[in-house]
Amino acid sequence: MNIAALSFSYLKARPLNTALNVLLLALGVATIVLLLLATHQLEDRMRRDAQGIDLVVGAKGSPMQIILSAIYHLDVPTGNIPWKQALEISKHRAVKRMIPLALGDSYRGFRIAGTTPDYLQHYGARFAGGRAWQKPLEAVIGAEVAARTGHGLGTKFHGVHGLGDGGHAHEDHPYEVVGILERSGTVLDRLIVTSYQSVWVVHAEHHDIKDVSDIEKQLGDDEKEFTALLLQYATPLAVAMLPRYINNNTGMQAASPAYETARLFSIIGVGVDVLRAFALVLIFSAGLSVFIALYNAMNERRYDLAVMRTLGARPATLMGLLLFEGLLLALIGAALGLALGHGFAEILGHVLRAAQQVEISGRVFVIEELWVVGLALGVGVLAALIPAWRAYRTDIAATLARG
Amino acid sequence: MFELRNVRHDYDGNEVLRVDGWQAAQGEQWLMLGPSGSGKTTLLHVLAGILRPSAGSAIIAGENLAAMQGARLDRFRGANIGIVLQRLHLMESLSVIDNLLLSQWLAGAAQDRARAQEVLAGLDLADKADAKPHQLSFGQAQRVAVARAVVNRPKLLLADEPTSNLDDARCAQVLALLQAQAAACGATLVIATHDQRVKSRIPNHHVLGAAA
Repeated sequence: MNIAALSFSYLKARPLNTALNVLLLALGVATIVLLLLATHQLEDRMRRDAQGIDLVVGAKGSPMQIILSAIYHLDVPTGNIPWKQALEISKHRAVKRMIPLALGDSYRGFRIAGTTPDYLQHYGARFAGGRAWQKPLEAVIGAEVAARTGHGLGTKFHGVHGLGDGGHAHEDHPYEVVGILERSGTVLDRLIVTSYQSVWVVHAEHHDIKDVSDIEKQLGDDEKEFTALLLQYATPLAVAMLPRYINNNTGMQAASPAYETARLFSIIGVGVDVLRAFALVLIFSAGLSVFIALYNAMNERRYDLAVMRTLGARPATLMGLLLFEGLLLALIGAALGLALGHGFAEILGHVLRAAQQVEISGRVFVIEELWVVGLALGVGVLAALIPAWRAYRTDIAATLARG
Repeated sequence: MFELRNVRHDYDGNEVLRVDGWQAAQGEQWLMLGPSGSGKTTLLHVLAGILRPSAGSAIIAGENLAAMQGARLDRFRGANIGIVLQRLHLMESLSVIDNLLLSQWLAGAAQDRARAQEVLAGLDLADKADAKPHQLSFGQAQRVAVARAVVNRPKLLLADEPTSNLDDARCAQVLALLQAQAAACGATLVIATHDQRVKSRIPNHHVLGAAA
């Protein structure tokens, strides 16, 4: 017999009450844990995707849309930009490196991104099989694309105009899979990457070109287009002048990934804050419920407590007993909440993966979860404080004389 | 074993207990008699060390209870006093054997499962060790309460109205059982009762008058 065994026997003796308190606490903890996991992984993922990209240049339009379309591949592009202007930008002394993107087609919901090998290199892509493209219409597919479409090396597929299914199919120019990437936890997982010339070839019919054997020569310079440019600055000073230069002197729009992602987080943040407040309300109502349960238990148990004193228990032992009971409830609630939170995150991850959106996993732990557990334990102890104090003050003789 | 001198207890200004003197030697068996309201329960609480009288001295097992404070008094109670309450008050959430182990733990004694089982066996409760109190008959529950009181081998065994609401046969049984258990651990036995049937069975009587 000890405090833990005794507390546990009391919790077991009131299963419904105990279950309610544990559940309330667990739901609060689970909600916060789920929010933590989701926002943490989302931010982590978005930061990784935008890493090393100082500026994105696209057609005039919303900077947010440019970032969403060119970095995260979650939105449609604002339009196209002339190849000649892109060339000028790449030669600007403030630009260290430029990666062009030619977008517009997709295959079964996965983006086809025409670019240069620099793009793969930028994300440190590694091949699970095959190689990079060497000529137009050779494609490298991300791990998620391979898993979902079942395409392997050497298989062919037709791109579809637009981003969803049901667009106009480019039947004349099938892509061939020549490489499959390892899963990297970046946007590459969900992309089909090819040379930008491939995209030009596929859309050559718009310019009435039938022979596509050397697309660079056959397209006039004015007919060549990119969708967006990913830039890396040559100098920190560029941040002050390059975006302004582009916005004022060209027909293009510059967008800062750092700024736009921060803006995006602050918008999402409002919703997260509301949910977090809701979860805190849950946790504190759980605390209140634990308090009421222990307070009532105090009344039901006043004889038990008095009898324990006659058996030699010190007041501090009784106080410890009730505090431990609050703590035990909180501990079970927190453990269940953690499990539920991670379970929910895993389920959410599966749902989102099916929708080919962001990836969230429940098999990740973040350090802030310890704070949530601490909070739950604190609430448990706090709720037990007044009942514990009353137990401490039990008047043995008066209690026993009444019964 | 205990000696009470000029013990008074007031409650809300009314005197509820008056004992001019009462001495008992170790191992003696006593009845504390008196009508309802004569302070039997109050005196029992004084003897048990859970009530400090308003005046007078109570020396129990060589210790002056008035001089003992806090944790020392709790420890003294656990080690020396066994009490069987009128309304038993077993721990409903614990099994019978755990009720006994709780008693050992709270008294600061080693938790001796063999001793607990031996006491239960002596009270014909060996097969009830794992039962919960609510599964027991009143007679069984009362024997568990006795077992809990004697498991730590107290020097003073107290019982509050143990025979009320019992028929004659059961009354005699319970009395014999308390006497036997007290004798087994050499405890002084004090039974508070207003039950006239028990008078003839225990020769030492301390009679409380109606409250003044």
